[in-house]
Amino acid sequence: MTVTYFAALCALTLAAYIIAVRRSSAIANTANGRQRLHSLPTYHGLLAASLVIFPMIAIFALGSPILSHEAATNALSHFPADVQADAMRAGATLRDIRNLAAGQHSGEASDALRAAADSYNSTSTQGAYILLAAGIAAALLGIAIAFRLISPQFRARNHFEKVVNVVLIACAAVAILTTIGIVASVLTETLRFFFDPHIKGRPTVTDFLFGTEWNPQAAMRADQGDIKTAYGFLPLLTGTLLITFIAICVAGPLGLLSAIYLAEYASPKVRAYGKPVLEILAGIPTVVLGFFAALTVAPMIRGFGQYLGLDVASESALAAGLVMGMMIIPFISSLSDDVINAVPQSLRDGSAALGATKSETIRQVVLPAALPGIVSAFMLAISRAIGETMIVVMAAGLAANLTFNPLEAVTTITVQIKTLLVGDQEFDSAKTLAAFALGFVLFFVTLMLNVIALRIVRKYREQYD
Amino acid sequence: MTDAAHSTLPTAALIASRRNSPANAALVKRRYAAERRFKAFGIGALILTGTFLLALLTNIVGKSIPAFFEHTANLEVKLDPAVLAPDGKVDPATLKSADYASLTRATLMSIVPGIEGRAARKSLSGVLSSGAADELRRRVVADPSLIGQTIKVPLLLSDDGDLYMKGQDAGASSVPGIGTVTPSDIKGSITLTSTDGAFKSLVDDLTKAGVPKDADTGAIVLNSNLPSRLVAINGGLVKLQSVTPDGATGNVLLSLKGNEAASGPAWQQTTYSVPEGRRKTNDQDVAIIEKVKETGAIQKGINWRFFTSGDSREPELAGIRGALVGSALTLLVTLVLCLPIGVLAAVYLEEFAPKNRLTDIIEVNINNLAAVPSIVFGLLGLAVFLNFMGLPRSAPLVGGLVLALLVLPTIIIAARAAIKAVPPSIREAAIGLGASRQQAVFHHVLPLAMPGIMTGTIIGMAHALGETAPLLMIGMIAFIVDIPGSLTQAATVLPVQIYLWSDLPEVAFQQRTAAAIVVLLAFLFAMNGAAIWLRSKFERRW
Repeated sequence: MTVTYFAALCALTLAAYIIAVRRSSAIANTANGRQRLHSLPTYHGLLAASLVIFPMIAIFALGSPILSHEAATNALSHFPADVQADAMRAGATLRDIRNLAAGQHSGEASDALRAAADSYNSTSTQGAYILLAAGIAAALLGIAIAFRLISPQFRARNHFEKVVNVVLIACAAVAILTTIGIVASVLTETLRFFFDPHIKGRPTVTDFLFGTEWNPQAAMRADQGDIKTAYGFLPLLTGTLLITFIAICVAGPLGLLSAIYLAEYASPKVRAYGKPVLEILAGIPTVVLGFFAALTVAPMIRGFGQYLGLDVASESALAAGLVMGMMIIPFISSLSDDVINAVPQSLRDGSAALGATKSETIRQVVLPAALPGIVSAFMLAISRAIGETMIVVMAAGLAANLTFNPLEAVTTITVQIKTLLVGDQEFDSAKTLAAFALGFVLFFVTLMLNVIALRIVRKYREQYD
Repeated sequence: MTDAAHSTLPTAALIASRRNSPANAALVKRRYAAERRFKAFGIGALILTGTFLLALLTNIVGKSIPAFFEHTANLEVKLDPAVLAPDGKVDPATLKSADYASLTRATLMSIVPGIEGRAARKSLSGVLSSGAADELRRRVVADPSLIGQTIKVPLLLSDDGDLYMKGQDAGASSVPGIGTVTPSDIKGSITLTSTDGAFKSLVDDLTKAGVPKDADTGAIVLNSNLPSRLVAINGGLVKLQSVTPDGATGNVLLSLKGNEAASGPAWQQTTYSVPEGRRKTNDQDVAIIEKVKETGAIQKGINWRFFTSGDSREPELAGIRGALVGSALTLLVTLVLCLPIGVLAAVYLEEFAPKNRLTDIIEVNINNLAAVPSIVFGLLGLAVFLNFMGLPRSAPLVGGLVLALLVLPTIIIAARAAIKAVPPSIREAAIGLGASRQQAVFHHVLPLAMPGIMTGTIIGMAHALGETAPLLMIGMIAFIVDIPGSLTQAATVLPVQIYLWSDLPEVAFQQRTAAAIVVLLAFLFAMNGAAIWLRSKFERRW
């Protein structure tokens, strides 16, 4: 039905355009008139098309949710009141009804379910026809208005440009809407996690922020009695920081030194080969790096540890951290490269004139001048490492150990979000909401790091511009 | 300048003497050494990074190569009417549900005689893939007149059989026996006795290799950490368990035709040099595969199935077509949404936005969105698209929506840079000729900025193609065999397929994971290459 609607939309839009273009051209060519149109026929056509396309989209966007709500209410009326009142049972029944209506129901359907599915289907079909009729009516109205408006004096271009302007603003607002969407969805679920009295096993804010035990899986096995669910955030924080620290220890020196070499020493030929290496590394998907970490680096580190007589966990923080370091080398190097190149040449020339060698110039003049930019590069890299998911999902463990030993298995915020949400659809368990609380922490921390880093960069740029 | 200050200034002669002093020479040397060291650090860092990359790529490509090949056994299968159409009726329903596996099993039985007991039977049915019978089914259903004939069919080996053929073999070798050996029975646990010391050379070998003798019996006991020793005699195969110079005990793997004595080259001593404990295939499997291999029926071919079939629980049948189609559908949604929105947003911010607070907020917002962890976009998709709007789980439509939001900042930033690079003279000329501002932008500035915008879009799409984490959140992680046909059907995408396979324990799946990664990287390199080509070909410096 959706397809029919959008096919009708395309056809009517095209029709409106053609009618308006023809009509305006005809007016322009009338024998006695010979008046020149204010706007080109194309603009009359575009205005007519926009008078069709926007009302039709609006009708669909408003009508569809109303329709599906109506169909669901009608279908559920076949079931007793207690089913309708309980949100969870109503949801499950509705899923069954939809499956049956789509012909994908497995097993024997009850009479009530079958009747409900029939009613669901008939409401949906009728509603879809009403929607289509309303859409076509609106489109025809739009075409009629556009047709009436066409006259030599009518400023179709100016009106159309106003429409375009609104569309442009709407597109730019998508970015803001995304942010609002993220904040709203993550924040409301987080608030529910802490304060909704219907949620069983929810922690207090202090329990969450300062608890040292993370054990949300117990919530699934509530029937086993005395296993207490724990939502202590500290082990996840230390795990995340440990892996990030290892990653920065790898990527910091390597990224910065390669950036310095490429910016200050390398001949154009070396740069032509060196830069693509970093760019390729930056383009490798993290799931590939995770595969490499889990299947190659982790066993290697484990084998090396055994050789030295150390007990290394098979999912050690070290393996995940090393590979994550590889991931952020190109980040640090490209950002540092930019800030080093932004240091004015006069500073280098001055230092060279005083007799400093190149490395002395770099260490004592260029790097201090570029320091704010480099700091912000590191902050962006840290934020990227904290938010990285696939490498740690594949190479770090699930065990929430409160430890700073890189040879042990640790878990991270992102790993836990993924573990809590994958395969679970219930939106009312503390387990699911905990993932949103973790997501909120993640969003907040990375946002702060980014805001500060971007501030520093901005301020620093102004200094030399 | 005072006299006192003047007197402290060194004279030219003093400067020269200091410059040439040994202390100064040492200082200069030290400074130059530091210079070289610093430069070496830089080169080292770059080389180390390159080595990382090289190790990563060679490791994955190396792992992936076996997955692009497969082994099939070209065997003669008798299409027995008694099995295919037991009641004489040949209709499609009966043919579809017939037991084709029993036909392939019968064929194998005829090639490998002497299969007795459950373990041997299990090994036998483990040689061929469960997809082998499907190939047979396809042929018979397509042409029922084949029933009753004997046809030659390429039957796919199972993953273990395939790996065995790809070099994870047992290192089988045979030497003719010396002396006379008499088996005590034809199946089960038997003893082999010899009156003329037939096993003396084997015992010597084992003693030389340091295998200890049992203190009580004086026999050498073999275990799974030692190479397997076998005796091929009277058409059967016996795996030895303990050896003395004059006899041996062992288990029959392939039963013997009779228990008469055999002498000289009539019996052979076989060795599987890789110990059983270090193989995936046990000696029974190896015995059967080696028999099939001897017939010369096993052939190596290119694994086209990997590109033409969907996911499967059996590694030898699993392919990436479903994931590729899922990725294509998802990227289509992403492209359709984020290219127009991104370009129009960039046009607004760069050309029409008034310099006010709102514009400032939008700009800061876009920069921050570009750095929000991708998994948070997954949370957004889960809460808004699935939970609030009720869109279907695992669908390419939702995946595309989430990825569009994810790459939108990248595209806006790239498009803004491209628009900014078009010089103001173009706009001024257009306006001077009477164009409106929108006409100037859409007719002149935007076409000139298009190469830069396309480059940014391709890079954004490459980013979206490799993205995994947000798609896990919206349920694109289900095990899906079918190739998705529409935007709302459950699907998976290539990176998620890689993640799913990487979790599986089978070696064959690890190879396929690596192969899928190679395909993904090939796509990414092609896209980035296209972006670079576009940039170099069309970008203008004003």
